[in-house]
Amino acid sequence: MSERPRLAAMSTEAAAATAGVPTPPTVAVRVPPRSWRSELRAVRIVWRRELIRFQKDRMRIVTSLVQPLLFLFVLGSGLQQLSAASTDGVDLKTFIYPGVLCISVMFTAMFSAASIVWDREFGFLREMMVAPVRRSSIVVGKVLGGASVASLQGLILLALAWAVHVPYSVGLVLGVFALQLLLAFSITAFGVMVAARITQMQSFMGVMQMIVTPMFFISGALFPVGDLPGWLTVLNRIDPITYAVSPMRTLVFDQLDISAAASATLNPPITWFGWEVPIALQIFAVFALGMIMLGIAIAEFSAGE
Amino acid sequence: MPAPAISVKDLRKSFGDFEAVKGVDFAVDTGEVFGFLGPNGAGKTTTINMLCTLTRPTSGQAEVAGFDVVTARDDVRRHIGLVFQDQTLDGYLSAEQNLRLHAELYGVEKALVKPRMEQVLRMVGLWERRGSQVLTFSGGMRRRLEIARGLMHSPRVLFLDEPTIGLDPQTRASIWGYIRQLQRQEEITIFMTTHYMDEAEFCGRIAIMDGGEIVALDTPTALKEAVGADRIRIETADDERAIAELRERFGLEATVSEGAVSFAVADGEEFVPRLFAELEVAIKAVNLSRPTLDDVFMSHTGSTIRDAEESASKNRNRAAMQAMAGRR
Repeated sequence: MSERPRLAAMSTEAAAATAGVPTPPTVAVRVPPRSWRSELRAVRIVWRRELIRFQKDRMRIVTSLVQPLLFLFVLGSGLQQLSAASTDGVDLKTFIYPGVLCISVMFTAMFSAASIVWDREFGFLREMMVAPVRRSSIVVGKVLGGASVASLQGLILLALAWAVHVPYSVGLVLGVFALQLLLAFSITAFGVMVAARITQMQSFMGVMQMIVTPMFFISGALFPVGDLPGWLTVLNRIDPITYAVSPMRTLVFDQLDISAAASATLNPPITWFGWEVPIALQIFAVFALGMIMLGIAIAEFSAGE
Repeated sequence: MPAPAISVKDLRKSFGDFEAVKGVDFAVDTGEVFGFLGPNGAGKTTTINMLCTLTRPTSGQAEVAGFDVVTARDDVRRHIGLVFQDQTLDGYLSAEQNLRLHAELYGVEKALVKPRMEQVLRMVGLWERRGSQVLTFSGGMRRRLEIARGLMHSPRVLFLDEPTIGLDPQTRASIWGYIRQLQRQEEITIFMTTHYMDEAEFCGRIAIMDGGEIVALDTPTALKEAVGADRIRIETADDERAIAELRERFGLEATVSEGAVSFAVADGEEFVPRLFAELEVAIKAVNLSRPTLDDVFMSHTGSTIRDAEESASKNRNRAAMQAMAGRR
């Protein structure tokens, strides 16, 4: 395409930007009809955006470490004096560690899900919603992105294993990462599901805190779940987080050289009416719940205009 | 004659019992710059949202780029570019990343992403700043980037909802520069809304919208001609004589207002030379004013655009509350 006379009405700024630079030839793009490949590309780019944003947001990485560290070192060291007698020689920090691995993921995943509320507030959600792709691709990308970010955050805490007397092994690293990914996936799916209905940031964070904080406390992240009062046992068994904390603790304890008695007290098996729930089923329960919530989130976003 | 880029038949949208768009009909030709003019709350954005498949019409039909906005939603989306009134960029990403994300969402062929990006970023003068975070951009730069993004996938129709609102005159001028450049370089139809009268002048045709209806639709020139006369004001040495002479020689009724003689004629530019040649009273000053789109708006709606905005804002609040109540 040839250079044409510029319009006098064009501002100096725009003229300066294009003057001297020959106008690049017109590149005509054709947007292909929707296909599974275009959906995959959409999922991938939404996922990648979460990672890019995480990487740019150093502040968030640091701030979301504060809470887990408080639990681990302040609460863990503080209560150690009270609990030394009853933990059969196991450091309380070591006991709490699997719970803290879960909490860090939970709260990061919550913030990841909150980003969909921000996106709505800052208009970016609209840019994604008008693209010629399925809403489900956007939601799946968002949930996977949030899950990835949360488990990356979890990896930082994995680096602290030495400080709580947990030896490293390939099994530990892979296992913790996989469990964190799973938990983060489910929590993000839950958050995105909530975000489909609650469009105000304050209300969203309020609702999430109101639900996630009790779930965390009841889950047994900070105490053994063997001999709880009846009402708490019921709540504990209903709480989905229980089924993420228990496999995590089992995984960590498998790395330790502790007495059978200590293991039985500190990491008792989860039971339903006396039936011992297998670890694999516990993990599956967390996954299944995540999938159900993802399904609801997709339905919610697809129904909206 | 190619098929129209946009054709709309009896399109309506209600929010609860409030009818935001009351049955509009129009067609936009390929390559045209078509403007929607009207006060805030006139139903412009609702109409544009229906054409962009963001809002489902209550009734009526609309086709964009040859596809129905309800039954072929994805096909419409593939062929349109959107620049919204509120910004929709990701401030944490760089300009380049924003465009790349858009290209991926739209499935732009990988080999074309880079050259197309360079083209659109150069056009809006942001190529040098492609690596900067959007958070560091000024309002005008962001709007330019949004226009570039809207063009990333070579849309057949570009929708611009108030593209120049809240921008300084210089940026507004450059945005119009891009729109003209686009018209020359690409086969693109531009549909825009504005409530700046002076900008509507740049459109090929404009539709004036008020209270959910199109009250007039034509080229700016034709619309102004339809309003009629130019107004001429002269300052003379003897106003009384001038008025008498105007009546005798030209058959014009003139009045004195604010110290000048003023009267209306059909074609002011051609009349002024005759006036100087034939009027015997000495003329000290002359002022010719053509009808503006403000006058056009006034003649069709009976109010100035500012007054219309005030009364519309009441309706708008009502509509917004109903829309909220209606939402899950």
